[in-house]
Amino acid sequence: MQFRKTWVMALALTSVVALSACGNNNGGNNAATNNGGTNAAATNAPTETSSGADLSGSILASGSTALQPLVEQVAEKFMETNKDVDIQVQGGGSGTGLTQVAEKQVDIGNSDVFAEEKLKDADAEKAKALVDHQVAVVAIAAVSHPDAGVDSLTKQQLVDIFTGKVTNWKEVGGKDQKIQIINRPSSSGTRATFEGFALGTKTEDLQGSIQEDSSGTVKKMIGETPGAIGYLALSYLDDSVKTLKYDGVEPSVDNVVSGKYPVWAYEHMYTNGEPNEIVKAFLDYIMTPEVQTGDVVELGYIPASQMQVSRDVAGTVTKK
Amino acid sequence: MRVEPKKKKIEKHHLEDFVGRAYMSFCVLLLIVIIVSMVYFVASKGISTFTSGDVKITEFLFGTKWSPEGDTPSYGAFPFIAGSFLVTLIAALIASPLSICAALFMTEIVPGWGKKLLQPVIELLSGIPSVVYGFVGLSVIVPFLRNTFPGQGIGVAAGALVLSVMILPTITSVAADALASLPQNLKESSFALGATRWQTIARVILPTTFPAIMTGVVLGMARAFGEALAVQMVIGNAPFVPKSLFESASTLTSVITLSMGNTTMGSPQNNALWSMALVLMLMTFVFVLLVRMLERRNKI
Amino acid sequence: MKPRTADKIATALIVFFALLIVAILIGLLGYILVRGLNHISWDFLTSAPQKIRAGGGVGPQLFNSIYLLVLTLIITVPLGLGAGIFMAEYARPGKLTNFIRLIVEVLSSFPSIVVGLFGLLLIVNTFDLGFSLVSGALALTFFNLPLMVRITEQAFRTVPKQQKEAGFALGLSKWKIVTNVLFPVALPTIITGTILSAGRVFGEAAALMFTAGMSSPRLDFTNWNPSSPTSPLNPFRPAETLAVHIWKINSEGLAPDAAQIAAGASAVLVITVLIFNLAARYFGRLIYRKLTASKRMS
Repeated sequence: MQFRKTWVMALALTSVVALSACGNNNGGNNAATNNGGTNAAATNAPTETSSGADLSGSILASGSTALQPLVEQVAEKFMETNKDVDIQVQGGGSGTGLTQVAEKQVDIGNSDVFAEEKLKDADAEKAKALVDHQVAVVAIAAVSHPDAGVDSLTKQQLVDIFTGKVTNWKEVGGKDQKIQIINRPSSSGTRATFEGFALGTKTEDLQGSIQEDSSGTVKKMIGETPGAIGYLALSYLDDSVKTLKYDGVEPSVDNVVSGKYPVWAYEHMYTNGEPNEIVKAFLDYIMTPEVQTGDVVELGYIPASQMQVSRDVAGTVTKK
Repeated sequence: MRVEPKKKKIEKHHLEDFVGRAYMSFCVLLLIVIIVSMVYFVASKGISTFTSGDVKITEFLFGTKWSPEGDTPSYGAFPFIAGSFLVTLIAALIASPLSICAALFMTEIVPGWGKKLLQPVIELLSGIPSVVYGFVGLSVIVPFLRNTFPGQGIGVAAGALVLSVMILPTITSVAADALASLPQNLKESSFALGATRWQTIARVILPTTFPAIMTGVVLGMARAFGEALAVQMVIGNAPFVPKSLFESASTLTSVITLSMGNTTMGSPQNNALWSMALVLMLMTFVFVLLVRMLERRNKI
Repeated sequence: MKPRTADKIATALIVFFALLIVAILIGLLGYILVRGLNHISWDFLTSAPQKIRAGGGVGPQLFNSIYLLVLTLIITVPLGLGAGIFMAEYARPGKLTNFIRLIVEVLSSFPSIVVGLFGLLLIVNTFDLGFSLVSGALALTFFNLPLMVRITEQAFRTVPKQQKEAGFALGLSKWKIVTNVLFPVALPTIITGTILSAGRVFGEAAALMFTAGMSSPRLDFTNWNPSSPTSPLNPFRPAETLAVHIWKINSEGLAPDAAQIAAGASAVLVITVLIFNLAARYFGRLIYRKLTASKRMS
């Protein structure tokens, strides 16, 4: 009894202290970061003051969780130079972003895929009203469990694996180990990109394949499951998984930029009609070299401005 | 002069009474409004799959092929419905005996400290958030199953195990209440006839409290059927009816969490997901009705 | 088999399974706490999360969880009390009362994901409140309300009949009896129940993913003006709670220490639930003692 009472008191006390600290300490922290931010911003003031000295208003963006970290980070920087602008960035998925921007519930809809691919048939009209802003590129690499014993796969081999024709790693030059596919759900933008540009064909789901929507879980599974194969955006790659070459081409930033490695897709920020002044200033800011070579690269995306090739909705690639 | 204040006082009472009653009626009305609008919105959205002519209701309920992005899209939700029932039933099969034992432990074996020990345990188990269950399932149960059984660890078995722990508290507390409310003389007369404790439990206590215990089991199943995140993390999400317990499968809730954000409102796939939400909702009604039926049997 | 042997075996099995449940709980708590506790520090509890660097915390998420809980309780408690008292004291047994009871039952067994989707459809999209704390609080209200109603109703029903009858004998109005006689006696049970249900609200994630959103804008903890967009008190900002954050970093975390953060955040969540449980017991007993003591004095 005695013991329990002290235990209760101790817990209650710590919680109270933690709560009060939550308020105070964070205030301090934030003030500090704010100062740092303004200093940093002051150094590049010349680029911004011309475009956004007296902008005021708010921007609401929602959609792709893959693009969310970038937009959030850039939004914070933008708000530091433009004190009267408030930008809120929300997730929800590409579909949610496109729905909400088409319904004018948000100013910007973030998406991993072209709006035309999601808004089809009856909704095709809605897609026409949307204006595309391609802010970054995400490349996707096929990855396997480190012990699979393969370091390059051809397009045909990948197709065979993901359609279930090949079920053992030894058939593609690896160890005698059953292949376990870690796929994405069919609604996923990442899967659409991988199927469109790596496999060149849509695949049916296979009995027994594992499907996860989130890159973190996919990486964890591939790293833990013997014989696993899947695909991840370049920013998620590390030593826990083995990155596979595609037709002998290393999935590297340079190869994507030059157009040698084909498995990539744009990250889109859609506006409904032409953007208004504030939204335009924000989108322009994302395309400035400062952001494109700074935040975009830091967060693991490939700058859209540096791409030497471009691609349209139909998937046709042209040299710039 | 003597009548005046008295009258006023009565009026004040009446006013208070009236306001209080009005406020409370408002609260109840609000409850009704919430549920009616909930049923209306989810149902109207869920039915649009069928009214728009994209999918036939039989194809949705019994079709085994879920391929919404295929060249000829098909929206068979049977694998998800089957998956939901499968994990729910297995979870109930695992959890029920455990829960009933716990309830017997609390009420029959060691009524005093048994309750003191298990009551907080049950409350804590029901308080642990479902994401935490999923997290532990993914980092403990899945590797364990992968090393012990064929397959990848992920699958129906993992989902059912996680769920069974999650529904333990529900079944245990209902069962314990039922056992505790059993008239004492029923047990005493059994003991007086020379029956052992186990004979009393097996032949007297459990048969009499059976409907009440089943109520707990059904309530637990209702919770398992609707649980989303914990299951989604460990079940694997392949849109197929699994061939073994250690194979990746899907439930209604898992496919909704996976795909809702990726699809646009109003697209056939999104509508199909809403239809699944409608199925979840209808199943809730079924579970509640079952509970009601059991309770009625219990009274007689 | 002899009845006596059967009895012994059965008893042993029952005890074994009961203790197994205790072991499961201890294992669960132990696993979560051992993995998470060494990651919990002052800094972790108070600093903002990092996107790609290690060393991020869960400060805003913790604040959001607590704030969202407070908002939810502000909406739920008065409504739940009203409806619960109505059910216990005013409703006459009949078809309508039966129907309302059925509604409460159905509402409380709705899967949280359905509640979340309904919130997305009605509150977020139709009412255009967007992903915000208000949307989240309303969605949580939908499934906390029936619990509150049930708790209140049961608490009022456990009050001894004589107390009510004594009130009537004194000529008190029904309202006076409810507020001044029955309510104080029912209060400890209500408070215990409310705190326990608060623990569930605290850990809810599925319903919030679709309503309160999965992003937490940088908050300025020196700005306490609720209408300012960076103020932590602004109810119209999106807010990621601790439970949703665990879900998110488990799945999309880019930071190198995402796994540890998830473990740490899980531990924080479980400790909070523990605190809620202990607090529920403590306050229930405290208030009961106070009320009964004060009665003896007068």
